[in-house]
Amino acid sequence: MKTSEEIYNILKEKFGEEVILNFNTAEPIDAIIEVNPSKINEVSKFLRDSEELKFDTLMLLSGVDDANGTKVKDENEIETIQGGTLSVYYHCHSMEIGHKVTLRVSTPRENPQVQSVERIWRAADWHEREAFDMFGIKFLNHHDLRRILMPDDWGERYPLRKDYVDPEYYNGIKIPY
Amino acid sequence: MAVKTEELVLNMGPQHPSTHGVLRLLVELDGELVTDVKPIIGYLHRCFEKHCEHLTYPQIIPYTDRMDYLASMYNNFGYVTAVEKLAGIQVPERVEYIRVIMGELQRIASHLIALGTYGLDIGAFTPFLFLFRDREKILDLFEMTCGARLLYNYMWVGGVSHDIPSDFVPAVKKFIKEFRPTIVELNDLLTYNKIFVERTANIGILPAETAINYGITGPNLRASGVKWDLRKNDTYSIYNKFDFEIPVGEGKVGTVGDSWDRYYVRVLEVEQSLRIIEQAIDNIPDGDVFEAVPKRIKMPKGNVYHRVENPKGELGYFIMSDGKNNPTRVKVRPPSFVNLAVLGELSRGHLVADLIAILGSLDIVLGEIDR
Repeated sequence: MKTSEEIYNILKEKFGEEVILNFNTAEPIDAIIEVNPSKINEVSKFLRDSEELKFDTLMLLSGVDDANGTKVKDENEIETIQGGTLSVYYHCHSMEIGHKVTLRVSTPRENPQVQSVERIWRAADWHEREAFDMFGIKFLNHHDLRRILMPDDWGERYPLRKDYVDPEYYNGIKIPY
Repeated sequence: MAVKTEELVLNMGPQHPSTHGVLRLLVELDGELVTDVKPIIGYLHRCFEKHCEHLTYPQIIPYTDRMDYLASMYNNFGYVTAVEKLAGIQVPERVEYIRVIMGELQRIASHLIALGTYGLDIGAFTPFLFLFRDREKILDLFEMTCGARLLYNYMWVGGVSHDIPSDFVPAVKKFIKEFRPTIVELNDLLTYNKIFVERTANIGILPAETAINYGITGPNLRASGVKWDLRKNDTYSIYNKFDFEIPVGEGKVGTVGDSWDRYYVRVLEVEQSLRIIEQAIDNIPDGDVFEAVPKRIKMPKGNVYHRVENPKGELGYFIMSDGKNNPTRVKVRPPSFVNLAVLGELSRGHLVADLIAILGSLDIVLGEIDR
């Protein structure tokens, strides 16, 4: 059983500072290891296959809107966020050894792209589709990335982004009925 | 001239009695054989997670009721323990005991529906009625305590909404005494029924390795022979005080991890829950259940992922706080959502009629899949 810090050190030694960016213990309860979004699949594969880590399950994959960009108001007083990042959190767990780790990748809000881990943990399949549906984060190399909870024709609108505004009409039907 | 065949795409649901709610299955058929299944979900989507961002922490509790509406108590349990973990609130021992008793009663109620409706899917009507009769008795116990029969809003951050009434303990004991014979009856009626066994044994076999990789949890994982229960393996609340076993699938009438095993593990779990309740009911300590309920929750900046063993599997809450009154992000890991994803893998190569048997054995609730 290893602590998050030990896992961080193992990962840093294996992948270097380019990939394993930071170790965040400032936030209480769950410490977070920050990873480069274009290398998360390699890191995940190592986490799963390494003899001393053996992270065999992905408990949860969640998208988060960091809302750390600048807020801009247009002529209709509708606020949008420009710049900043969207994040994806990975909660991994090893059933065999019993330790847990939380990873985070951050990706620019304007063109959010993260490597998919769906082939490493099949559990990630629907979670990634949900993060795509709710935040518009594109998971590269996902075999079937389409909306899961919202209708397919909902357009370029992502409900869980902090600057989401309800559309007035959907397929010609007024929404605030 | 050669006979030309082509695959048929069959649309099952969203309105279909055996999809357990508004679930649509796109089934690809080669004659009678299923070649692929694509579950299409979202018909009940109300964006629970967006609601949470505009509500204070206690205001979210009633919303959690409405996710897995057959196990509302346990949804409350998971949520309040997650908030308590992040806020660092210690709850009195009496509250822990009451929560465990309510949680286990809820587990029995949820399993009774799973078992009853599974029989219904296969074509056995009688066990369903017997099990619903006993579930009513559990709902009576809940009604006696908090007034509600389905959506309780019972567990609060730091406590519970009502202390148990004085006649609750004898009522629970009476229920256990009356309920035990039902399990024997169920085994006679359904479990070892020849037709039922023929329909479910060796159908939809889920190997342990696939189950773990898909993130399957709860009775579905245990049926595959993996001894894994969060109440023991990642213990929370006061579960470490009780003596109970983790039933696993043994392939008694077929192969380990088949639909019958998934059914039977639930039957065995009901008995284990009764054992926990029996141990807890006599030892409830005195105390004030409102003692630790904070007037205003002072949430530190931070994030937590907390999980509990819901009747259907691992129910996790990921809560992010920036120190304000409402959370910045709440993400739920609903067990049914993850468990349903394996359906395509399970049903490939089976007959259409078996698809119903496999879906029923997974025990899904669409309220928590769509949130």
